[in-house]
Amino acid sequence: MTETILEIKDLRVSYDTYAGEVQSVRGISFDVKKGETVAIVGESGCGKSVTAKSIMQLIAKPGRIKEGSSIVFDGRNVLKMSKKELRAYRGSDCAMIFQDALTSLDPTMRVGKQIAEVLTIHGKCPKKEAAEKAVDLLRRVGIPNAELRAKEYPHQFSGGMRQRAMIATALAGDPKLLIADEPTTALDVTIQAQIIDLMKELQQKTGAAIVLITHDLGVVADIADRICVMYSGKIVERGASADIFYRPKHPYTVSLLKAVPRLDLTNKQTLATIDGTPPDLLAPPAGCPFSTRCKYCMPVCKEEMPGATAFGNGHEASCWLHDPRAPKVEGLFCETKEACR
Amino acid sequence: MNGKQPLLEVKHLKKYFKTAGGADVKAVDDVSFTIYKGETLGMVGESGCGKTTCGRTAMGVYPRTGGEVLFDGKDVHKMKGAEYLAFTRRAQIIYQDPYASLDPRMTVADIIAEGIDIHHLAKNKQERAARVYELLEMVGLNKEHANRFAHEFSGGQRQRIGIARSLALNPEFIMCDEPISALDVSIQAQIVNLLVKLQKEMGLTYLFIAHDLAMVKHISDRIAVMYLGTLVELAESGRLYENPLHPYTQALLSAIPIPDPDVEHSRSRIRLEGEIPSPIDPPPGCRLQGRCPRVCDKCRRELPPLREVEPGHFVACHLV
Repeated sequence: MTETILEIKDLRVSYDTYAGEVQSVRGISFDVKKGETVAIVGESGCGKSVTAKSIMQLIAKPGRIKEGSSIVFDGRNVLKMSKKELRAYRGSDCAMIFQDALTSLDPTMRVGKQIAEVLTIHGKCPKKEAAEKAVDLLRRVGIPNAELRAKEYPHQFSGGMRQRAMIATALAGDPKLLIADEPTTALDVTIQAQIIDLMKELQQKTGAAIVLITHDLGVVADIADRICVMYSGKIVERGASADIFYRPKHPYTVSLLKAVPRLDLTNKQTLATIDGTPPDLLAPPAGCPFSTRCKYCMPVCKEEMPGATAFGNGHEASCWLHDPRAPKVEGLFCETKEACR
Repeated sequence: MNGKQPLLEVKHLKKYFKTAGGADVKAVDDVSFTIYKGETLGMVGESGCGKTTCGRTAMGVYPRTGGEVLFDGKDVHKMKGAEYLAFTRRAQIIYQDPYASLDPRMTVADIIAEGIDIHHLAKNKQERAARVYELLEMVGLNKEHANRFAHEFSGGQRQRIGIARSLALNPEFIMCDEPISALDVSIQAQIVNLLVKLQKEMGLTYLFIAHDLAMVKHISDRIAVMYLGTLVELAESGRLYENPLHPYTQALLSAIPIPDPDVEHSRSRIRLEGEIPSPIDPPPGCRLQGRCPRVCDKCRRELPPLREVEPGHFVACHLV
């Protein structure tokens, strides 16, 4: 068994707004082992980015992490850390790559200096050495003319270059865990392929674990070892990448996989759709959050949240259809790879 | 050409924008293609390649720098007054951003009926309202929605309102400018299915602009690939995927991740180094030369013309 680096238990995050309490994350638990990549997949508003921010303790008012939640990193409870401990934790133990590199990098600071700052703040090396290391890091993430580029400002970089610079910043502290929040969403496909390759290559070299937040199932198929599927603040299904893609056990996962046309296959004339929209998290439903959109909804689905059913190898899904009392549904859950497409 | 009637013919279209310094941004540089009645032409390319500018110039939204655009045989850019108004009845646009393209101070009914009012197509209020309700139902909304404002709707619903607006005048041709990019995966499928259904029912012709090649392949009969203001390849959509000839198309197809771990792990990528150069003062010769793995001397000197290499398959590359 490999060691667990991050363990999240019953995480609940709410935002207090004028309209009431928005329950963004509603009790999720998962762990990340050393050196593996865990992907959190879901649509906008499902709470995946809020989860990422919680790991870094970046939830700001009006948001709050609720009582009873626990985030344990390498044996230490992140939620109980003092300000000083948090400063040491962020950047050095755990680093984050954000979606929008332009707004995440400091526009008034030269790129090289931003990277070097990580090293000097954590007292890893003196200023001069840090500047050299920054250039070296830029080179490692594939930026040509690194010496010159280090002296430039973020606005002088293109989108892909900025994302590389941010990865360099994240790697500067040599973190054990890298949280990547939609790292390629703002990029074009050819650039996205470059960045994904870079992340895989760097992971092999540094052995860092990655939590990848994304809505793109294609990216996930390429890079993830394990996947958590989130829907309206809850993890509805989790498992190894192959289990999720080839043996999905939650109707939401099944529909999501069928809703994307495949480039490598001849597609059917109409795409499978998921009717309706996700529920309002101001007043989340008592039962299964997917019940309003689910074709197989039963009365019990609307009343009570189903527990997780285990299918072995860490594959779990929360759906009443797996209850022994539920009627058998033909053709929903596919057992073979081909049927899933 | 085998019984198909051309609806929109774009011939050597050019659109340059002036920068503050007086340089030309060659957003669209000598692009030619034809859209036939009843078909869907997909147009793909990365951001900044000029696909939206090309579409908008073809619709007469931007004045052209050179070339011509014929809609049903008539030059769009030479139309004036009543003639252009008549053209706008036949050709409509669905925009990318369902948040920015609907007036926040108008009710849904007024948004949808704006074209009806401009063209005086409703004799009285009842007729106008009846048409609005009919359109709302056509796109999967209902008449209770008519008196609400755009901010009360979700992204997918707003896009449906945008579609209803474009259908209000019974157009023949709709330019869909990234109609699904701003939407979530599960909502994208709803909108694409709606567009396909409407096309079948009303015999519409689409120019479908998007960067999501998988979705474009799904919806289009033929696909045009743009790179840095030029058209690099144009073919029937299945053919383009099976046998991409241009190095850029090949790289673009191989860069798209496929939601299947086994396929992903077994296939190899053609990597394009670097990024798209600036369309201000683009490189002479082939636009891809700085990134192309198979670049030769001729590519650096001459811009390859778009040639038909097999029936219906056009490509602009010296090496094919």
